[in-house]
Amino acid sequence: MRFGVVIFPGSNCEQDVIHAANTLGYEAEFVWHGSTDLSGFDAIVLPGGFSYGDYIRCGAVARFSPVMAEVIRFAGRGGPVLGICNGFQILAEAHLLPGALLRNRGLKFICREATLKVEPSICQWLDEPAGTLLRIPINHNEGNYICDEETLARLNGNGQVVLRYCEPDGTRADGGSAPNGALDDIAGICNERGNVFGLMPHPERVVDPAVGGTDGAAIFTAIARRLAEVV
Amino acid sequence: MRDDLKPELAPKLAVELGLKPDEYEKVVAILGRTPSLTELYMYSLMWSEHCSYKHSRKALRMFPTEGDHVLQGPGENAGVIGVGDGWALAFKMESHNHPSAIEPYQGAATGVGGIIRDIFTMGARPIASLNSLRFGTLDKPRQRYLFEGAVAGIGGYGNCLGVPTVGGEVYFDEAYEGNCLINAMSLGLMREENLTSATASGAGNLVLLIGSTTGRDGIGGASTLASQEFDEKAEDKRPSVQVGDPFEEKLLIEACLELLDEKLLVGLGDLGAAGLTSSASEMASRGGVGLDIDVTKIPAREDAMKPFEFMVSESQERMLAVLVPENLDAAQAVCEKWGLRSTVIGTVTDTGRFVVREGDEIVADMPAATLAHDAPIYDPAKTRPAYLDEVQAFDPTMLDHPDGEDALGDVLLALLASPNICSRRWIWQQYDHQVMLNTVVLPGGDAAVLRIGDTGRGAMTTRGVAVSSDCNGRYCYLDPYVGAQIAFAEAARNVVCSGGHPAAITDCLNFGNPEKPEVFWTFHESVRGLSDACRAFGVPVISGNVSFYNESFGSPIYPTPTVGMVGVLDDVSKHCTMSFKSEGDVIFLLGETENEIGGSEYLKLTHGIVSGRPPVLDLDLEQAVQATVLDAIEAGIARSAHDCSEGGLAVTLAECCIAGGLGADIHLEDDLPAYASLFSESQSRIVVTTTPDDAERLVALAIAYEIPYTVLGTVGGESLSFEGVAGLTLANLRRAWEPALEKALAAE
Repeated sequence: MRFGVVIFPGSNCEQDVIHAANTLGYEAEFVWHGSTDLSGFDAIVLPGGFSYGDYIRCGAVARFSPVMAEVIRFAGRGGPVLGICNGFQILAEAHLLPGALLRNRGLKFICREATLKVEPSICQWLDEPAGTLLRIPINHNEGNYICDEETLARLNGNGQVVLRYCEPDGTRADGGSAPNGALDDIAGICNERGNVFGLMPHPERVVDPAVGGTDGAAIFTAIARRLAEVV
Repeated sequence: MRDDLKPELAPKLAVELGLKPDEYEKVVAILGRTPSLTELYMYSLMWSEHCSYKHSRKALRMFPTEGDHVLQGPGENAGVIGVGDGWALAFKMESHNHPSAIEPYQGAATGVGGIIRDIFTMGARPIASLNSLRFGTLDKPRQRYLFEGAVAGIGGYGNCLGVPTVGGEVYFDEAYEGNCLINAMSLGLMREENLTSATASGAGNLVLLIGSTTGRDGIGGASTLASQEFDEKAEDKRPSVQVGDPFEEKLLIEACLELLDEKLLVGLGDLGAAGLTSSASEMASRGGVGLDIDVTKIPAREDAMKPFEFMVSESQERMLAVLVPENLDAAQAVCEKWGLRSTVIGTVTDTGRFVVREGDEIVADMPAATLAHDAPIYDPAKTRPAYLDEVQAFDPTMLDHPDGEDALGDVLLALLASPNICSRRWIWQQYDHQVMLNTVVLPGGDAAVLRIGDTGRGAMTTRGVAVSSDCNGRYCYLDPYVGAQIAFAEAARNVVCSGGHPAAITDCLNFGNPEKPEVFWTFHESVRGLSDACRAFGVPVISGNVSFYNESFGSPIYPTPTVGMVGVLDDVSKHCTMSFKSEGDVIFLLGETENEIGGSEYLKLTHGIVSGRPPVLDLDLEQAVQATVLDAIEAGIARSAHDCSEGGLAVTLAECCIAGGLGADIHLEDDLPAYASLFSESQSRIVVTTTPDDAERLVALAIAYEIPYTVLGTVGGESLSFEGVAGLTLANLRRAWEPALEKALAAE
């Protein structure tokens, strides 16, 4: 199992993803954003950070990096692609995932643990049973997911909503449980094929038990297991 | 040589630029002629207080700066210590007070940017930031604006860089109302062999400017802001505040570390206060060489910039590298890969002279070392302030004090809700405190604890580093010598409670106008106190910063010598935290409580007074208590450890309860009045818990180190109850403590 972790100028979680993958016994290597060669990688991760400073709109510039054309082709062939935080924003800008990520309700950067509920989904990156609670930190200024009603209905109907924010006990508050105000408490979604997954929380931060927890490991192990089955 | 300053006008301009008449005469003597406009600007900035330390330099010689593990003491961009197995930590704290008082977001953001540049200039990858903040009280809208802006700026910059902000402290007191303090600290990690110096050498080598373009922003930031007091014209100085670009800085970090890794550079310096003038002249004087710089080569952000503007601009995110000509192509390729501009702007010469030219015409020509080293050194007059007799004679025990279960319980809740004590969650949730995956103890503990290693990039280790910054300005106001020692002791105590061995400190000395004898006396006493504490502990000062002129409308801030303490853990997995761990654990107080409420948060809260004497600090006892706790943590006896500071023992126990979600039953057996048992801020006290089985082992350690100890009670239940004195449910404690900062900010 070999992950390719893309570095855009301004990415800052790339080494964390590498460490998480290595901790679980997988190979992982950096891929420079100027590269157009993804051969040899089983899965691609777009890590968190502030690509191009996020100065225009998060992910708006990074989607034009040379590597993104190749990531789109890779995804089109069914290759697994994971976008974490800024990576999710880039996937949305690249139209690999629907919707957009607005500034957090409250207009403040939020770094804290969030409780997430696994939804019944077609996502290839997660096979925990629906209803499982995962504690994974969020760390963003623009994580307020939004899409039109039709898209939301489609996401829900197709099983493309992968993770929802919830209260620590698993319930969802009346006014919403998303710390960032995300529509329908959406924390992570996948594409119609289930191979492209974007989420605002940082699973790579909770893989090594020495620094927080292990709830994020499920995402990396799920895709590795699936790929092993396919082979 | 351009002759652009009339001899009769030069002295007047010199005064306007902040040079004193005899300083101007010294410039003329060095040059043997009237300075040019560019030269006058360069000298005025380099000889400003901010750049030259002309008022503080002599006093700072008191600091011990050496130790076996010190790889770089004061004098470079940051100090460096070895932490074992070839790993080294670079760290430093620096102020950005004056810019932040005018424009808090950009002031704080560029403060973070500046200190981070100091770290990677040394060849280290920045791994953590802390910040030490002081504002007026939050009932004032302006103070809320400054506080919220500064926190947003620190987060906005640090989060983008991907350097975790892991700790720090904040106090609110009227003394800082007109002059907030923003002290930023950063740590970096490197292999010892990568230690780099900001030194220019080798005649014929090239001077490469990397990063942002140069504009008129921040011109005179150091001289017009940092070296003057504030008055009603402060707002006019807004254009002197620099604007930060954290994305550019992130690219600079990566590019510079790659340039150093590939051994492409001879020296590397950052452009901070006084811009190119400062970094170039310091690099030249360290190497004993000259420089020849052509301002027309510098990429400009604006049209028609004058040579002096290029030389003193404080445009952010710029680095100056010196390299051999053969490496130029490779170095520029690295910069280009990271999307960074890099431009050869001059050469190293063997003349020892700093020559600035605009094309063919020389606009400045002076001995390079005179800029960096020949600033006059002053020995300012010092007088013990008159107010000290009055405050120190005040006996706060003579006041009426609350008594009875309800009244004391209410005081405890009010203390927990005080902005100086309550949860800092509102702050640290705006900071990425986890990126780089080394943060072992999240913010909110006594000290931040990080593991040491090139996580995700290279080798990992079992070692860790514990970091804390501390200073109680009220103690320093009441007795600057003792107050500075307490700042040191508390920082060390915090590090020790986390399991770290204090290794070295950085400091940020924030004071008023040093030309006032009463202010300078407080500075001198603080430095003396800090030096004596450092010597007693064998902990050197390896870097630091002095910030004077922290006054507004003629009134100085509290003396605030902030200490940034770095401790090392050989095995980071053995670190300790403050939270109570299990029902039935035995709660010990190591050290002893006296009736010491002078300068306490309790006294301020209940009587609105900052007076009396600060707590006594016995350095021998302090060391013995800390040694006991370190031994207990390393032996696996201590299940939790938390020091007593503002709010006293009651607040310490409440924090342990809240953090652990467990109550405690406490019997206070001292013969003090209840208010003193609960809220006295006696020093050298640490609350430690053990399992019942290990209690005797802790007692044995305390006896071996000859320290006083008391069994306070046991962990358990849903309440913190002080038998016969006060009792509060955990829910009540948390309700007071957790949302207090949000509530204070929401007040209109």
